[in-house]
Amino acid sequence: MWRWLHPLAEPRTSYRLARRLILWLGLPALALLLVGTLWGMLWAPADCKQGDGFRIIYLHVPSAFLSMGLYAAMALMGAVALIWQHRFSGYALAALGPVGAAMTALALLTGAIWGKPMWGAWWVWDARLTSELILLFLYIGVLALYHGYPDRSQAGRAASILALVGVVNLPIIHYSVVWWNTLHQGATIAKLGNPAIAADMLWPLLINLLGFSLLCGALVSALFANEMLRREAHRPWVKQVIREEVGGE
Amino acid sequence: MNPRRKARLWGIAAIIGGVSLATGLVLYALSQNIDLFYTPSELINGKGKALEKPQLGQTLRLGGMVVPGSVKRDPQSLVVTFQVVDLGPLATVTYDGILPDLFREGQGIVARGKLVAPDRLEASEVLAKHDEEYMPPDLAKALEENHAPGSKGRPQYNSDQESAP
Repeated sequence: MWRWLHPLAEPRTSYRLARRLILWLGLPALALLLVGTLWGMLWAPADCKQGDGFRIIYLHVPSAFLSMGLYAAMALMGAVALIWQHRFSGYALAALGPVGAAMTALALLTGAIWGKPMWGAWWVWDARLTSELILLFLYIGVLALYHGYPDRSQAGRAASILALVGVVNLPIIHYSVVWWNTLHQGATIAKLGNPAIAADMLWPLLINLLGFSLLCGALVSALFANEMLRREAHRPWVKQVIREEVGGE
Repeated sequence: MNPRRKARLWGIAAIIGGVSLATGLVLYALSQNIDLFYTPSELINGKGKALEKPQLGQTLRLGGMVVPGSVKRDPQSLVVTFQVVDLGPLATVTYDGILPDLFREGQGIVARGKLVAPDRLEASEVLAKHDEEYMPPDLAKALEENHAPGSKGRPQYNSDQESAP
């Protein structure tokens, strides 16, 4: 595994890989999102109780899933940054943060839009909603720490520690609907064995889930490549890359 | 792994372990306050190990299933009275206002309001709780036709009520 990972420590290789991943992940992501969203919005059957209003699930569930998945990835990068102290893991942390924060905001927003017609309220301070809001604040805190220090190694360390501490929130979000009385309903897809959603409603949801994941992968790659250029602008490989891409001096 | 990295790894494990423990204890201590609502049995029999009952006049939230057949609307106004249940005793809710679209008999609801009697809530807000199950209307109808009321599967309060005299 180390032999396979080592070339990636070479900045130009990982920069090129990140740049390529933007399209490699981005194009399938757009195709999947187009199929999943159209299928979900137009052809999937309406719910017997919620009618067409339930269709926002095709945005809400993927964004909520990724808000937690990206946080886990960001915390992992924080751990790598603290233990192995490779500078790229700090860049990855900085690239995962904004995408995850955007997904969290989208999950909260679509949840509120869903909640108003179905529950009768935009917002309720129940355990699920509150812990998801805390997740957004954690993202904002990590990003603020990362960009708040003039010294970048100190910035990376502070942001990594906060990211790691915030991991505690992930199981709380997931199990909040089990541990406490909440207005938010329980998990649908994770309810194994007893399918809680009809198959022709589930398929577009799974497609969108994959589409959202690939889209986030593409966005994170783009931010990672940008962060590399910004942070290493003084290094010779950046000049070389620019010379190759733009041509001339 | 070299010793410095190993030490940092243990340090991080200790931080996460400590924070998890602290959070776990805090959440355990607060566990009853994090619940969004009382269930009817908690309201009437008391909640937690100490069986604490809320006081009259207290503002609280009550959540449960609307008992089929218990919804009574006042013909002159918007006032509606219904009973909610979980697995034990019934509690009564009165509400003067517009109910959410999802409100129906057999549906989970959360009502916020003032406790006027040990088992009676004067609600100022009624929210509908929906479950995690999604199915198209024709499938729901087929299920309703196939399952006898009270059999395994989705609770069939509506059909139950229709067959009642």
